[in-house]
Amino acid sequence: MRVVEPIVELARGLWTTLHMMVEKPVTVQYPEVKKPVKPRFRGRHALKRYDNGLEKCIGCSLCAAACPADAIFVESSENTDEKRYSPGERYASTYEINMLRCIFCGFCEDACPTEAIVLEDNYELTFTDRRQAIYPKAMLIDPVPEGGQPTPQKTEPGVFTRSVPEMKDPQD
Amino acid sequence: MNSFLILEWVIKGFVWVLVLIGGFAYLTLYERKALARIQSRIGPNRAGPWGILQPIADALKLIFKEELTPAKADKLLFLLAPVITVVPAVVITAVVPWGPNLTILGHTLTLYIADINVGVLYIMSVASIAVYGIVLSGWSSNNKYATLGGMRSSAQMISYEISLGLSFVSAILLAGSMRMIDIVQAQKTIWFGVLQPVGMGIFLIATLAEVNRAPFDMPEAEQELTAGYHTEYSGMKFALLFMAEYVKMISICAIAATLFLGGYQGPFVDRYPLLGLVYIFIKIVVLLFGMIWVRATLPRIRYDRLMEFGWKVLLPLSLAVIFITATGIILAQQVAPALLWIIPVASLLVAGFAVAMIDRSLRRKDYARR
Repeated sequence: MRVVEPIVELARGLWTTLHMMVEKPVTVQYPEVKKPVKPRFRGRHALKRYDNGLEKCIGCSLCAAACPADAIFVESSENTDEKRYSPGERYASTYEINMLRCIFCGFCEDACPTEAIVLEDNYELTFTDRRQAIYPKAMLIDPVPEGGQPTPQKTEPGVFTRSVPEMKDPQD
Repeated sequence: MNSFLILEWVIKGFVWVLVLIGGFAYLTLYERKALARIQSRIGPNRAGPWGILQPIADALKLIFKEELTPAKADKLLFLLAPVITVVPAVVITAVVPWGPNLTILGHTLTLYIADINVGVLYIMSVASIAVYGIVLSGWSSNNKYATLGGMRSSAQMISYEISLGLSFVSAILLAGSMRMIDIVQAQKTIWFGVLQPVGMGIFLIATLAEVNRAPFDMPEAEQELTAGYHTEYSGMKFALLFMAEYVKMISICAIAATLFLGGYQGPFVDRYPLLGLVYIFIKIVVLLFGMIWVRATLPRIRYDRLMEFGWKVLLPLSLAVIFITATGIILAQQVAPALLWIIPVASLLVAGFAVAMIDRSLRRKDYARR
């Protein structure tokens, strides 16, 4: 005959839920409070620039080739010393990412030979129709850094001949 | 009977219906908030300060939603079923007294809508009508899940209604009357919930089954029946079914407070009659919290166990409780008034025996563990 034990078990269950009421809620009040993302978080893409303002992207289309969702479209054009956008021969005259197709896998980041495309922290992507989901180069590219000049730049001949810079192994 | 009296009744009834509907709206908020706190969340807090406008937002949403009627549904019954469900839920509390008589400007105002000398029977009969709406809504939807939900609901309600009715009997015996006002008056010195705790326990368990609340919410089990009898309902018709469920919760808590927790009785009620309203409000809120708390704690019970519990445990237990109550009253009248305390002691012993039997039956089937 077990009389007390079942009642104690029932009471313990009820006590557990009642006890949780005094616990601090775990809710994050999202639009007001934003939790910082993790270091390797993959959010919206950004196209990077060098310190002198030249674009890192050389229009090689390796990101488009690596993209499993076929979300990236790149069209490249020739650089000249009069109108130079990036080091080397070519630059991306059109760079579009379809955010409805992108799965944020980060393969484009891995494929990029110049570390031009980086998936950054922004996860608040909103658009109201399918056209707006295609992010053009103007939206993706970073602003010109301090001390740099906007592209296209007029450069000395024979300086920016190398498309891919000298690079170290990736840190993170 | 003059026309002024009729006007007074109409106004009281109207105010009471408004109170119940407003209570329903804020009960949904109360439940969501309490459940959220139990689950370490905050709950609705966007619509107005602390989310107090949330029920209004929900109501507006439900009114503007599209109403679908299944192609092969029985249109008339499909339309009528929510109404048939709501009306008993609203009228059931007509006999519950909310406070002692008030005297305003030399006129005595009674704080109940109807004074029926068989008030408890009225509650029983109206509570049974509520199941029609649910069965009809399930059947008229022309959906097998909805029909199953309605069938389960009727089976469950009929099973638990017997125990519910028998648990009323102990309160009737202790008060010696079926009038709700007499029952409240009889609890002036001691609550029936103290004299007959097992009767109150049976009442609370049976009412959980009666209003289809967790852990007895088999008729609307999401996993098995999608949503049970209201699968095909949308828009305002769904809101009516939802309202019936929550209004029934309020009504049943008010009845439990009246029958077992002294109704509006409390300290200083004789001097300040309006305190009675406060006391019964507090009692209802506490009982409602109990229902929400049980919902947050216990998982849904299996259907065969639900039926076994109703017929094999609650029914014999409530019969035993009636026997003990009657014996205790006779002993107190014939031998010594102190023998009234036989009632709680003996019924708690019987309840303990019932607990042991449930435990034994649940353990005996468990061959694998030993």
